[in-house]
Amino acid sequence: MSKFKKGGGKELPAISTASLPDIVFMLLFFFMVATVMRQNTLQIENKLPYADQVEKLDKKSSIMYIYAGKPGPGYKKFGTEAKVQLDDKMVSNVAEIQAFVQENRNKVGETRVGRLIAALKVDKNTNMGLIGDVKEQLREVNQLKINYATLNGDPTKKNR
Amino acid sequence: MAKRSAPEVNAGSMADIAFLLLIFFLVTTTIESDTGMNRKLPPKFDDRITPPIIKQKNLFTVVVSKDNQLLVEEEPMELQDLREATIAFLDNNGDGKCAYCKGKKDENLSAHPNKAVISVQNSRETNYNSYIAIQNELIAAYNFLRNREAQRLFGESYLSINQKWKDAEDESDEKAEFEKKRDEIKKMFPEKISESEAKE
Repeated sequence: MSKFKKGGGKELPAISTASLPDIVFMLLFFFMVATVMRQNTLQIENKLPYADQVEKLDKKSSIMYIYAGKPGPGYKKFGTEAKVQLDDKMVSNVAEIQAFVQENRNKVGETRVGRLIAALKVDKNTNMGLIGDVKEQLREVNQLKINYATLNGDPTKKNR
Repeated sequence: MAKRSAPEVNAGSMADIAFLLLIFFLVTTTIESDTGMNRKLPPKFDDRITPPIIKQKNLFTVVVSKDNQLLVEEEPMELQDLREATIAFLDNNGDGKCAYCKGKKDENLSAHPNKAVISVQNSRETNYNSYIAIQNELIAAYNFLRNREAQRLFGESYLSINQKWKDAEDESDEKAEFEKKRDEIKKMFPEKISESEAKE
C-alpha cells in the first residue's frame, strides 16, 4: 500500500564525515607505534640478499648488528671498497670488531653473554673476502652465534 | 561588556592535520625485519687436533668460484638443482644401516647421514648474494629431511617444533619436551657443513 511507498523526490542525506578524523587518528596511532626510528645512520649501501629458510630472531637474545657494504652516496670519501660499519662509524680495520664485541658483552651483562647474537647485515654485492675476515674476527673473540640477515624470498629466482 | 559565549572551534580541519601526520609516519616507517639465517661458527682452530680423515664418498664439495659459478663435486650445476642433489646425497644410505633413509643407496654418495659432510668453498671474490643463496639451499635440504622425519615421528614439522621450543618459557616442562624432540630429529640428520677459507 501507499504506506511503504518511497517518497519520490527526496534527496539522499549527505554522509557524515564526522568520524573521519577518528579513523585517520586510529591509523596514525598504528603507524606511530609500528615505526621504529633507525638507531644507526647507515653510511653504506645495504641491500640484503634473499633467502627462504629464515628464522625470526629470538626476542630473548640480544643482538648486535654488524653492517657491511660499499660506502653509500655522500660517503664516497671513504672509497669504493666495501667497508664494515659498527654502530655509527665506518671501520677500516676489521680487528675493531673484537673491541665492539667486548663492548656489547659488557653492556648485556655476564649472564646473557651466551645469548648474544651477531647479526650480519651485509649488502648483497659484497665480496666474500670481507665477510670471511669478519667471521675470522668473531671467531677470535669466540662470538660464534651469528645470523645472516636476509629478506624473505626465493633466492633461486633470476634477477636477484 | 556583556558576556559573550566563546564561539565553537571549527574542527573541520582536524582530519587534514591528522592526514598530514599519517602521511609523515607512513613515509618514515620501515617495519624492521629481523629475519635471517642462524649459523654457528666453528671455534677457533686448534693445532693440536688433527682433522679427521673423511672418505671421498662422504664428502659433498660445493665450490663457488670467483665469478659465482657453482661447482658441485667438480661439475657445474644450476642453483635450482642444488637442493635436490643435497637431499639425494644426505639421504643416500650407502651402508644400508639407516632405517629412516629413503635414498637410492648409491655407491658414490654418503654412507650414513651422520657421516655425511658438506664442504663449502668460496673465493674471496665470490658475491655475498650467491653465497647466501647456496647456504639457503643447503639448509633447505636439511630442513626438508628433518621435516619429513619429524612429520613421521611426531606428526609435526621440525620447523614448528623448533619455533615452539623457542617460544616456550625457560625451564618449563614444555621446553624440555620440545628440546627432546628437537634433539632427536637433529641427531638423525646432523648438520655438518664445513666452510673452508677462501681459495684462489
